[in-house]
Amino acid sequence: MSKLKSLTKKQLFLPIFSMILVMLINVIYDMACGNAPLSFFQIGIKNGFLYGRLIDVLNRGSEVAILAIGMTLVVSSSAGTDISVGSVMSLSGGFCCMLLAGYGVARANSYALPLWVGLLGGILIACVCGLFNGFLVAYLNIQPMVATLILWSAGRAIGLLLCNSQIVYVRVPSFQILGAYVGFLPTPILIAAFCIVIAALILRFTALGTFIQSVGINKKAARISGFNSARIILITYMICGLCAGIAGLTATSRIYSADTNNIGLNMELDAILSVALGGNSLGGGKFNLSGSIIGAYTIQAITTTMYALGISSAQAPVFKAMVVILIVVLQAEPVKDYFRKMTAKKAAKEAKAA
Amino acid sequence: MKKTKLNGNNVLLLITIILFAVMYLGGCLVYSGKGFAHLQTFLNILINNAGLICVASGMTCVMLTGGIDISVGSLVAVDCMLLAVGIEHWGMSSPVLMILILAIGLVFGLAQGYCVAYLKIQPFIVTMAGMFFARGMTAVLCTDQVSIVSDPLFTKLSSTKISIPFGGYVNKKGIYQVPYIRASVLVALLIVVVIFLMLRYTRFGRSLYAVGGNQQSATLMGLNVKSVTMRAYVLNSFLTSIGGICYCLNTMCGTTQQATGMEMDAISSSVIGGTLLTGGVGNVIGSLFGVLINGTISSLVKTNGKLISSWANIITAILLCFFIVLQAVFAKVKEAKKA
Repeated sequence: MSKLKSLTKKQLFLPIFSMILVMLINVIYDMACGNAPLSFFQIGIKNGFLYGRLIDVLNRGSEVAILAIGMTLVVSSSAGTDISVGSVMSLSGGFCCMLLAGYGVARANSYALPLWVGLLGGILIACVCGLFNGFLVAYLNIQPMVATLILWSAGRAIGLLLCNSQIVYVRVPSFQILGAYVGFLPTPILIAAFCIVIAALILRFTALGTFIQSVGINKKAARISGFNSARIILITYMICGLCAGIAGLTATSRIYSADTNNIGLNMELDAILSVALGGNSLGGGKFNLSGSIIGAYTIQAITTTMYALGISSAQAPVFKAMVVILIVVLQAEPVKDYFRKMTAKKAAKEAKAA
Repeated sequence: MKKTKLNGNNVLLLITIILFAVMYLGGCLVYSGKGFAHLQTFLNILINNAGLICVASGMTCVMLTGGIDISVGSLVAVDCMLLAVGIEHWGMSSPVLMILILAIGLVFGLAQGYCVAYLKIQPFIVTMAGMFFARGMTAVLCTDQVSIVSDPLFTKLSSTKISIPFGGYVNKKGIYQVPYIRASVLVALLIVVVIFLMLRYTRFGRSLYAVGGNQQSATLMGLNVKSVTMRAYVLNSFLTSIGGICYCLNTMCGTTQQATGMEMDAISSSVIGGTLLTGGVGNVIGSLFGVLINGTISSLVKTNGKLISSWANIITAILLCFFIVLQAVFAKVKEAKKA
């Protein structure tokens, strides 16, 4: 009993538990349909590429996982969420394609500028967006959600403007480098893995993670003990912008076109959800990056499962909403208090009986 | 001394009204050849934004308590879809559906308000879930676009023109045009007046300000903070439902992608109108002008004809940025004065 309790108290319990639950649903569904019960886990090689539902989850979940890294840091340092990441994704993709195809060109068969200029441009503009958000939050003390609201609505609009309100196709094979395959592995998986490893290394071998947490726990105390709280918050927002840029370029490269209206649509919600699902408090402070990453892939697994169950993409939000509510209600302080009281009462009763 | 002091909050409201006047008069001067100066252009802004006015009024109440509600756009979409599907597929009459929609608004607000006030979950997260849920429910009702044609009462309500006795003009064909408004505008303006009076003179209205200003002192004053917060969300969802009906009277159809981004329009209208995002300060009249500014911008972009429509979004965002920064500066000045 106490072992079970200590297990459920672990921060990674929630994301891993939900992941297992999703997989179980898949197995049950496959058995009900008469497929092989473990077809969810089957990985094969088709036309020289890896394929399988698990690979699909990993592949499609790359963008959310990358966003989740930045979002975790932002939530930890400023106790607020960056809701502009989806728009910034679309903006960085649009800017990159605009640079590569030339302004006003809807279909390009050759680059107007070298590829690296386009990619760098996309990432830079995303970083600038992050800095803008960070400046508003850190130096003007504006609520994070409200500060990022500006770019939430303007980012996509500027992207549309840069692309002249059309979908810009860049039909050059080398542009697909971020969204295609390396050998038999889908590149997005590698990009996500690369970002995660870099983030983990930085947090492990520098004091940045500690700084961020101390700012998140108590901004004033951190400032008095000598941290430049504002600059640390600014840095987290810039990292978040950077992540959004990388995710945006990946998403753009996947479809080798800048579909500004749809890239990253509602992605900010998935990113926030993965942070919450990862057992991180949305009130800032301590964070656990691995929880967020597992949360991100769990969300993708939920989405993929829903499609497999035949729920249309328009109806899927209903179930996502239920998952969100369930998680946050279970995490809410009053509910936790209630359960604590219940267990205490039970223990008291048992003690009396004994 | 009877003269009211011009503090930072009144300045914000004043700036909003001046901005609207300048923008509108500027539009009249620049686009007078395209008929921007006619009274009807102004009335059209009201007609097109009747739903948004209702929603923004509700949003102001929630923002006064220091919360936020991003589910409103999706709730409007559900309302429209329910009206459309109810009338066209289920053969229900529109009054029954309207009552049903208002009831749904109350229940929706109650659930969200309970989570925010009693379970102490961040409003943004709760209403984000509400937004997902409502948007998904729209698709569960129907995934196609459904136009409302077969309910005579609803069609009549939508097409009724209420003439205004002045401000008419003779158009190019030599026919005298009488300016008009729709029924939804009356509803919207009525709501603004009622909310204005409520915020000013009722116990509930004053406690909204108190809760938003400082929760602890509100508790010490003997206010039931939780109940007030919850009722703010209920009121918002109820007004949003009325707004949804007004919105549907304009569009006369239900689609899954309806009113996307309306929550942001409502929030930006309130902010532009001088409602502080930290709560405690704001006015529904300001929100009305915020909506009018939003409407004027999109109307100007449309009248220009050459600009890409995303310019409207960009200009609104720039204005929003301007006002948020202004609020932050005012807050800093206030703090400096205290110290």
